[in-house]
Amino acid sequence: MDLYAALALQIVYGVANLVLISLGLAIIFGMMRVINLAHGEFLMLGGYTVVISTNAGVNIWIAMLILAPLVVGIIGLVVERLMIRFLYGRMVDTLLATWGLSLVLIGLITTIFGAQTATTISPPIGAVRIGGFTSSGYEIFLIAVTALLSIAVYAVLRYTKLGLLARGTMQGAEIASALGVSTGRIYAVTFGLGAAVSGLAGGLLAPVTGVLPTIGATYIAKAFITVISGGAAILSGTLSASALLGSVNSVLSYVTGPTIGEVGLLVVAIVLLRLMPQGITSKFFRKSL
Amino acid sequence: MSRARENRWLTITGIVAVIFLLGAPQVLELFTIINLTTALALALLALSLGLIWGFGGILCFGQTTFFGVGAYAYVVAAINFGGTSWAVVVAILAAAAFAAVLGYFVFYGRVSDVYLAVITLTVTLIFYNLMRRTSGPEYKIGDALLGGFNGINAPPLNVPGYADWFLFPEDVFYVAMATLIVAYFGCVWLTRTHFGRVAVAIRENELRAELIGYDIRLNKLGLFTIGGGLAGAAGVLFANGVGRVTPDVFNLYNAALTIIWVIVGGRGTLIGPILGALALFYLTSGLGQQSTINNNLILGVILVVFVLLVPRGIVPSVIELWDARTGRRREFSRRGRRRPRSRKRSGASTEVHHEG
Repeated sequence: MDLYAALALQIVYGVANLVLISLGLAIIFGMMRVINLAHGEFLMLGGYTVVISTNAGVNIWIAMLILAPLVVGIIGLVVERLMIRFLYGRMVDTLLATWGLSLVLIGLITTIFGAQTATTISPPIGAVRIGGFTSSGYEIFLIAVTALLSIAVYAVLRYTKLGLLARGTMQGAEIASALGVSTGRIYAVTFGLGAAVSGLAGGLLAPVTGVLPTIGATYIAKAFITVISGGAAILSGTLSASALLGSVNSVLSYVTGPTIGEVGLLVVAIVLLRLMPQGITSKFFRKSL
Repeated sequence: MSRARENRWLTITGIVAVIFLLGAPQVLELFTIINLTTALALALLALSLGLIWGFGGILCFGQTTFFGVGAYAYVVAAINFGGTSWAVVVAILAAAAFAAVLGYFVFYGRVSDVYLAVITLTVTLIFYNLMRRTSGPEYKIGDALLGGFNGINAPPLNVPGYADWFLFPEDVFYVAMATLIVAYFGCVWLTRTHFGRVAVAIRENELRAELIGYDIRLNKLGLFTIGGGLAGAAGVLFANGVGRVTPDVFNLYNAALTIIWVIVGGRGTLIGPILGALALFYLTSGLGQQSTINNNLILGVILVVFVLLVPRGIVPSVIELWDARTGRRREFSRRGRRRPRSRKRSGASTEVHHEG
């Protein structure tokens, strides 16, 4: 029984992990149609923010929950103003330009901190016991944060004026603009929010994964495949795709090992896209957010 | 460019290439020649992407997948067969077959091109992760140990039919250069056939091409498979140039580089990607000598600058400048550049509309 509880926790954690990795991308790619290949690097920057600020003596909770999203959000705003805003409506070009950005960020961080800065910070929460098994308390914390974050994103998009304006702008920028919405600002803020969510995720994951300039590459494929499998509705898409792919990943990893788990995740996603090219939300949860 | 002028340039390109093929080993040092073989292999890889992206509008972000599959298949087959003649055939077929299977999934699933980019990228990262874990002695195909992170040594090419008659590095250079020339002119020929013109029609407007009655899925699959085979051949040459195949052929950096070569050289041309690959190969190996600035940084800046400021790439821009100088101004392309937001350019995606 305890074994099943521990396994169930692993699966939930696997799902939450995917949601956390993909949520920022879902906002930027799913909503804004900007293919942000620098997404992994946004996560990486969040991780570096946490490592640098905790080394400088900042409380780890403040570093993770406030500084990481703040710093990466600001970087996102700057990037949007300098680069992305020239490329709206040109998906392929956003993909190429953000890939360039990702290389720039990797190169910049490597130049500043060196390639082997595998600076680790220990998770601030210790182990907890579930019957005969011990489990990482930090993983449970991450699950809770992911749930809260999903609710927060939903609430912002659904109930605030900003969310309404953002959704309206993304659906028809010209009409929104004609109605007096400053669409340029909405684009910038939405991109910044997506970047901030990515930064938060990167900061939260830093104690689990360690931080390297090239760590983004390990996130990018998973994040994209999750958002694409999810489809048009960003939140329910991300959540349902994460639930499916995360479960496959966790179960396969438990049975055979992490590599096969990851391969299984990607293979399932590719088969899924063969069956539902527009993602899960083209068939299910169509009217959801 | 008119067909006659284009043919004149092709003749000049061919003559220069043949002179280079025959002359280079007489003039250059052995080390340079070995290096050059690798550069030519990468140029062939760039050509394969230039063909499917520039002419078919298929943005494959993981063209290195087929390159790597070709390289690994060559090495494994060569070790098992004890000769390289059939290994070359096996490598090209394996890469083409893998492209066909993957292409079937994406084209017949009607996965639109941006998603295709991400899926192919994902596939190449899967290979990277998988091949890195193959270090144990249990991971062997026939007699060939895969070697995990360290990769496997590549047996040098031999004269077809004579397994013991190995080629010297200069000879491998001849093979590489000749392959590139044949592949280039083969691609030029291909783009001028009916098949190639249908591919361009699909690139320009997928829906219209389909309504006219062309099977766009089959056409794309065909082009993708040919591109995969070419990339596989590039993998064989690369294995010979470097003498070793490691999982790094599948990594993100190389996948990115391939895209950058084509962007810098110019989409919609075949010589552009080749020149882009050669230029950036020497730029990056030159930059490799210094350690103050990371290579990624410079490549990233190049990519961003080209996407934002020179989106057509060097070769088309140079042709345009040349035409403007000599009075052969082509108005439509200038107008297209002034209003970048309004219309999709060559190779651009089909917009994906959806209700959020």
